[in-house]
Amino acid sequence: MKNPLKTIVEILTGGAVGLASGLLGGGGGMLCVPLLEKVLKEDVKVSHATTVLVILPICVASAIVYWSSGNYDFADNLPVILGVLVGGTVGSFMLKNLRGKTVAVVFALLMIIAGARMAL
Amino acid sequence: MYEFWLLLSGAVGGIIGGMGMGGGTLLIPLLTAFCNFDQHTAQAVNLIAFIPMSVVSVIIHAKNKLIRPKYLLTVALPAVCVSVLASFLAINLNGKILSRCFGWFLVALGIFQLFSAARKSESKKPSKTEFILLPEHNDK
Repeated sequence: MKNPLKTIVEILTGGAVGLASGLLGGGGGMLCVPLLEKVLKEDVKVSHATTVLVILPICVASAIVYWSSGNYDFADNLPVILGVLVGGTVGSFMLKNLRGKTVAVVFALLMIIAGARMAL
Repeated sequence: MYEFWLLLSGAVGGIIGGMGMGGGTLLIPLLTAFCNFDQHTAQAVNLIAFIPMSVVSVIIHAKNKLIRPKYLLTVALPAVCVSVLASFLAINLNGKILSRCFGWFLVALGIFQLFSAARKSESKKPSKTEFILLPEHNDK
């Protein structure tokens, strides 16, 4: 806790990400990346990688809520879970090898598409 | 065949998710549009699928020195607390209006991100972290 102001900014960042995730049931990651990058001044790739770490506990908490609310069929959707696992592993290796600018541009386009889909 | 589409949708969403680009925002519409999932099931499946994947993803990113674990305490912890509270609040709010506002916000953010990425390439000044990573890029 060297700089209390920076700590407060970090906590507020977390609060904003949690608010978006909780209220909208998603989209916290899309907010977390630009906050880490622009507000906390982290590198592009670090922002993306650390976002996965920040979203993971939120995901666990939300999944518990879904699970406790019942009727979720796990076995039927095993191919999706498997696909995400394989894709995620590939994507994780890709992030390191992509250029920071490529990552930033692809993410910006995804944000605009996802945003437009929500807005319209 | 249906299982193949499930696997493929998962893989596409996973690649984007593993890169920390919002895999859910892609996977949920893929599941509803191509695999006939209803919105609620798609969201649940997305959440469950994200957990094992992101554990693997975090390990890979950590090995590549792209993770800043200090944010676990200052960013992730308050994020979890607020998200649990906010999900209870969400029941009493109009979700449609909320997600529309957030959608426009994302569009604005995306455009801003696009311009700032373009500006960065013109200056071509490596950032602090790129400097640290540079020797790794050089060994063949």
